Amino acid sequence: MDRKRCTLKLLVQPSRGLVDEMFIILVQKAPSGFQLTVHALHKCEDGHSWEAFGHYTADTIGTVNVSEDPSLGGTYSGVEQMGLLWSLRPVPGSKPGLRLRKMNVQIPMEVTISVYQGHQTEGFMDQVPLASVVVERWYMAPGVSRIPITEDRLSATLFLPPGPGPFPGLLDLWGGGGQLVEYRASLLASHGIASLALDYLTAKIIMETGKMVDLQYFEKAYKILEQHPQVHGSSIGMLGLSLGTSITLKMAVYSEVMKLRCAVCISGCHMQPVDGSVEEILKYFNQNADRTRISEENELIWRDVLLPVPSDLAFKVDMGRLKCPLLVVVGEDDQNWPASESAMDMEEMMEQAGNSHLLTVLSYPKAGHLIEPPYTPHARASLFKSLATREKMIVLWGGETAAHSRAQEDAWRKLLVFLKENLYSGSNPGTTSLSHL
Amino acid sequence: MLGLRRLAVAASVHRPVRRLSTMSPPTSPILSVQPTRGLVDEKLKVVVESLPPGSPVTLHSLHHSEDEDYWEAFGHYVSDFRGMVSVSEDLSFGGTYTGKEDMGLLWSMRPVPGSRKGLRLRKMNVCSPMLHNISVYSGHVSEGFREQTPLTSVLVERWYMAPGVKRIDIMEKGVRGTLFIPPGPGPFPGLLDMWGGGGGLIEYRSALLASHGYVSLAMDYFNSQELESADLEFKYFETAFNIIKEHPQVIPDRVGMFGLSLGSLVTMHVAAESTIVKPRCCICVSGSHFYPRDRTIKEVIMEPRSNSHRLRIDENNHHVWRDMWIHLLDDPSKKVDVGKINCPILLVNGKDDQNVPADECAEDIALLMNAAGNGHLLSRVLYPDTGHLIEPPYSPHFRASNFKAAGVATKTVMLLWGGQTKPHSDAQEDAWRKILSFLQHNLYSSTPPRAKL
Repeated sequence: MDRKRCTLKLLVQPSRGLVDEMFIILVQKAPSGFQLTVHALHKCEDGHSWEAFGHYTADTIGTVNVSEDPSLGGTYSGVEQMGLLWSLRPVPGSKPGLRLRKMNVQIPMEVTISVYQGHQTEGFMDQVPLASVVVERWYMAPGVSRIPITEDRLSATLFLPPGPGPFPGLLDLWGGGGQLVEYRASLLASHGIASLALDYLTAKIIMETGKMVDLQYFEKAYKILEQHPQVHGSSIGMLGLSLGTSITLKMAVYSEVMKLRCAVCISGCHMQPVDGSVEEILKYFNQNADRTRISEENELIWRDVLLPVPSDLAFKVDMGRLKCPLLVVVGEDDQNWPASESAMDMEEMMEQAGNSHLLTVLSYPKAGHLIEPPYTPHARASLFKSLATREKMIVLWGGETAAHSRAQEDAWRKLLVFLKENLYSGSNPGTTSLSHL
Repeated sequence: MLGLRRLAVAASVHRPVRRLSTMSPPTSPILSVQPTRGLVDEKLKVVVESLPPGSPVTLHSLHHSEDEDYWEAFGHYVSDFRGMVSVSEDLSFGGTYTGKEDMGLLWSMRPVPGSRKGLRLRKMNVCSPMLHNISVYSGHVSEGFREQTPLTSVLVERWYMAPGVKRIDIMEKGVRGTLFIPPGPGPFPGLLDMWGGGGGLIEYRSALLASHGYVSLAMDYFNSQELESADLEFKYFETAFNIIKEHPQVIPDRVGMFGLSLGSLVTMHVAAESTIVKPRCCICVSGSHFYPRDRTIKEVIMEPRSNSHRLRIDENNHHVWRDMWIHLLDDPSKKVDVGKINCPILLVNGKDDQNVPADECAEDIALLMNAAGNGHLLSRVLYPDTGHLIEPPYSPHFRASNFKAAGVATKTVMLLWGGQTKPHSDAQEDAWRKILSFLQHNLYSSTPPRAKL
C-alpha cells in the first residue's frame, strides 16, 4: 500500500482513560479484506518496553473493530476488546522476570497503539506503521488528592476522591514484596473511596529500628482514616493481597480498635499464629521453607510451605468470630500461596460457627496469585526480593494469561460492587458498624 | 474437590448482607461523568444515582478560567423512580439551560454574578486541560452555589490536545506561529489556521484539528515586523502555507486553509489571487469577502475607523460593525475576486452575525462564483440566531465581549457578535461536524474531491 496515499484511520476511545476503563479501537478506511496487525507498545518507568499485538482482517468496508472482530493470532486471539493491554509482554531481548507496576500514579501510562500492514509477529520497531496514536491510562481520576502520611511514624499515602465527602474509607495492603505501592489505592479513590496505601514491611520505622511493626501500626493507620474530616468513620473497610490478607484477617477478627465495615482478601490465607504480629507471621512461614519446590523453569513454588491447613486453632484465624462481610478472591492456579485450600477451610469454619452468610468466595480457574486491577499485564513468574534473604529470585505466581486476565476483570468489578454496597449503605454513626442479621 | 466446586458456585452469588433499616439515612448520591478526561468536542455523559426518587436536584458546572474569572452553568432536574438523573435523557426544568441538553452544562456557561463585564472564554495554554467541577446540589438552586456544600462533585478535564500531538514553535522566514502535528508517522494533510482581527497567537483550534489528524499551523499575523506593504503581507501567507506544505510529515498537495472572520477574508484572498499556493480546500467561518485590492490587512482593520459614521452603537453600548461594510457589496474593486477560486470552499455563517454581514456576503459570493462558472465549488451553511464567533462546540456563547483590534492604537470596546445562546451552541456543534466532514472528504479521501457536502 502506498503510504503517501494511505487513508487508513485509527481511532482509540477514550484517548485518556482510567486503567480499569475499557477502550474501543477502530481501524477505518482500510482496503476491503486488508490484513493488518494492531500493535501496542508501552515503555514502563524502569525503561523496559512491553508490546502486544493482534492480527485482523478488515471487512468489506475496510473496518476493524477490536471489540467486535476476532484476532486471528498474536499475543491474544479471539474477540478481546482489551487484549492489547492485558497481553502486553516484555519485547524480545528483555531481561527475564519483569513485572509491570506503576509507582508514580500522578502521571499516566502511555501506550502507543499502531497499525502495521500484514500479519506480523516481530520486528515492529524496525518498521514504520501505517498509523499510530497515543493513549493515556491513568490510575488517578482528575481531582483525586494524593496526601503522603507520615504522622505516627507511618509510611502511607492517602488518596481522597474529589468532592466534599465524606467518603467511605479503605486500608489497602499489598504483600511480601513490601514498598509503598499506591496504584490500587489511587484507583479506588477514583471510584469514590478514600483509600490509604500502607507500607508495613519496608517502612521508614522498620529501616530505622530494625524491627517489624506491631499491630498498633495498623490500628494507627485505621485511626488516621477514622478521624479524617472527609472520611466516614463508620464506613471503613480493609483490603489485602497475599501477606496483606493475613494482616486483614487478623485485624478484622481480633482488633478491638478497628471496626471494619467489610474486608476483602485476595490470594491469601488464614493460616498464621493467632498471637503476635508481622514478625511472628513471617517466622511461621519460614518454618517450612524446606517445602519450597522448584519448577522446570527454575522458578520457586512456595504454595506448599503453608500446607497442610492446620487443625490446631492456635495457627489459624478464628473465622467464626468474624462479624463483617468478607469477600475472598482466589486463583485456582496460585503457585505462591494455597489460597484455595485456605478458602475452603475458612468456609468450613464459618459454617460451623454459623456466620458463613458473611462470606463470599470468588474462585477463578487458571488464575494465579497476582490478581490485580484489570487490563494490566499478567506475570506468571517474576523476580521477587525475599525479605528474609534479601536475594532476588524468580518466583512462580501461576495463572494462564487469558484466563487470569478475565479473572482480574471479573474480580475487580465484583470487588467494587462489594465495597460500594457494604461501605455506602447507610452512614449512621449511631448504628453498630458490625452487622447483626 | 466438592468443596472447591461449591465455592465456584458461590462465586456467582452475591449475598447482600446488610438489611437497611428504614430509619437509616439515605445513601449519598453517586455522580459519574464520562469521560473524566476528554477532548473539548467529545460529548459528556453525566449520570447521578442513589438519589431519593422524585427529588429535586441541581447539576452545576464551575470553571475557573486562566484569566481568573469564574464561569458556571446549571440545570434543574428531578430524579426518577430509580433515584436517577441522566443529563442526556432527562429534562432540565430551569437554570442556564432547559430541556433535554446533554452538553448544556458546558455551552450554557456564563460568568458568575459579580464578574467583570464583556468576558470571553478562550484557552490560551493548550498543553493543559480546562478543568470543570461538576456538582450535584440538593433542591433547585439558582444562586449562591459557593456558599453551599454540594452533595457530591467530580472534576472533569477537557483537552484541546489529544495525547501524542506535538506542539512546535515556529519562527521561520518571518512567520511566527505554532505547528501542531498529530501522533503517528504520517504523512498527514495540512491546514493553515487563521483567526480574526483580535490578533495574537490563538492555538486551540489548531491543536484540536491536529487531534483529528491534520498538521495545523496557527498563525500570528499581527506581530511580525514584516507586515508593512500589501505585497509583503501576501507573501507572508504564502510563506506560511509553504512551511506546512514542505514539512516532511505533510502530504504536499493536501494542504487547506481555515479562517474565521478576518482569517476568512485572508483565506479567500489567497485562494483567489495567489499564483504560488494552491490550497486543496478552504473553510471560511463568519467571513466577508470585502478586501479592497492592494490594501494591507492593517488597513482593512482600520476601515471601521474611516467608516465610523456607519458604526452603530446599540442600547447596551455595544458596537455593531455589520452595517459598516454593506456599501462595499456594490463595488467589485472592494471585493475578493472569488471567481478565481478553484478549490472547494465551505462558508459557515450565522444569520444573526452583528459583526459582519455574513448572510449578504455569502449570497454575493454565490452570485459571483456562479457567474464565473465555479459555483460548483461552493458549499455554504447559514445558521439561524447564530452570531459571529462560531467556535468549536460546547464552548460558551457570548453575545458581546471586550475587543481590542490588534496592532492599531484603539481602545477596547464592547463589540456585539450576535446570536442567541441555544441556537448558537447548536450551530457550533453542527458546524464543527460539517467542517470535519468537509476536511475529511477533501483532504483525506483518495477520490478527487467534490464540493457539495
